[in-house]
Amino acid sequence: MKKKQFCAAAAAAALMLCPLIAFADGGGFVETIKGKFISNFITDNRWTYLLNGLGTTIMITFFAVIIGLVLGFLIAIIRSTHDKTGKCVLLNTICRAYLTVIRGTPSMVQLLIMYYVIFASTNHKVMVAIIAFGLNSAAYIAEIVRSGIMSVDEGQFEAGRSLGFTYAQTMTNFILPQAFKNVLPALGNEFIVLLKETSISGYIGIMDLTRGGDFIRSRTYDAFMPLIAVALVYLIIVVFLSMMVTKLERRLKNDGK
Amino acid sequence: MANDVMIRVEDLKKSFGKLVVLDGITTEIRRGEVLVLIGPSGCGKSTFLRCLNMLETPSGGHVYLDGVDLTSPKTNINHERQKMMMVFQHFNLFPNLTIMENLTVAPIKVLKRTKQEADKKAQELLERVGLADKANSYPQQLSGGQKQRVAICRALAMDPEVILFDEPTSALDPEMVGEVLDVMKELAQSGMTMICVTHEMGFAREVANRMIFLDEGKIAEDGTPEEIFGSPKNERLKAFLSKIL
Repeated sequence: MKKKQFCAAAAAAALMLCPLIAFADGGGFVETIKGKFISNFITDNRWTYLLNGLGTTIMITFFAVIIGLVLGFLIAIIRSTHDKTGKCVLLNTICRAYLTVIRGTPSMVQLLIMYYVIFASTNHKVMVAIIAFGLNSAAYIAEIVRSGIMSVDEGQFEAGRSLGFTYAQTMTNFILPQAFKNVLPALGNEFIVLLKETSISGYIGIMDLTRGGDFIRSRTYDAFMPLIAVALVYLIIVVFLSMMVTKLERRLKNDGK
Repeated sequence: MANDVMIRVEDLKKSFGKLVVLDGITTEIRRGEVLVLIGPSGCGKSTFLRCLNMLETPSGGHVYLDGVDLTSPKTNINHERQKMMMVFQHFNLFPNLTIMENLTVAPIKVLKRTKQEADKKAQELLERVGLADKANSYPQQLSGGQKQRVAICRALAMDPEVILFDEPTSALDPEMVGEVLDVMKELAQSGMTMICVTHEMGFAREVANRMIFLDEGKIAEDGTPEEIFGSPKNERLKAFLSKIL
């Protein structure tokens, strides 16, 4: 599996580098590449734009994932408690309204509203982005987790209750662990989507990975090198992320099958 | 001892929407009694059982366990349920836990027993049903009959006063029914109070000391196995028995 993923990544990288041949006019192919590489990444320490941008991208993604997971699980639990027991009517209505708004508007618009309207007085751009992406992701994670809770056999619930566990204990001890295992692939996918989605943070002036690469482009007037480098970095992180998810999936599959 | 009432059911009613499943059931279940519920499919046997431990909320009437009204909103149902375990048709073991963990999770987390106590008790129970070697297996690795024996152990691990059996052998391959019934027979002989919904008439005849025939949400006949099988009075019961015997 690992090897396969690496091969796929390598092949994709090779494909992206193909247009390099366009530079091979005459004999100075290697020289051209070298020169471009130096001017794009080495001169003025331009590589730091990519590195710092990557740090920002990862920070936004990481904290947004945490907000998304906590809030998403909460919403999923409220919604499925309402479905199962008919309680939490008001909370359920609020959650549904939230899901409708978040899923019904583009995340870029949400980010802009967060920055220019809701947090208009703050300078903590990264914080705003974390909140915006976290709230956005929560809506999707909520529905993923809810589908996971519903996929667990009703009998598990009855078994827990009949053994004397409370509703909450049954949820946390038996239903959620099984639900989490069932939705892990979908959750992994959501993290990947979120990571790539953060590339719009540049619109509120955050120097993330995408913006860092674009900044180099504006300095060197060379689009190819910096943008391909940015794409490669995203690709590598995504491949790494999906490998981690696969690993976790295997570890959680402890039902003796 | 043998004559004191453990569960008293008063005018128990349950309907799902317009469908009336239980239409006023009143009865008493004594300590040590082995009660078998029979009746045509859809007559409310399982619903009756599930209303006893409040897995289904009754639409009306009362269920008293040792004098405590389970239908009252003031009753801590989670606490009362600890006395009344249930064995399900589809076993409902926890697939992500080992057999040992399945047996000890409730004693440890609900009854607050130590792990050593719970493990010891679980080991004894598994030995009693001949599954001691499966302690570290997962439910998926067991046959249906083995799973159901484990499920009975899981109920016993809580030291219940009564066990409700909801068609415990209906989901089993025919050759595995015997091993589960044997465990239930042994349990009945040990004096456990049992309420069973089952289609195993041989088991009912041999083990039950009381039978109830439910029809259209009501108790149509109530008596010993001899009375039910030997001299059924109710026409529907006669028809039912002629079909299955």
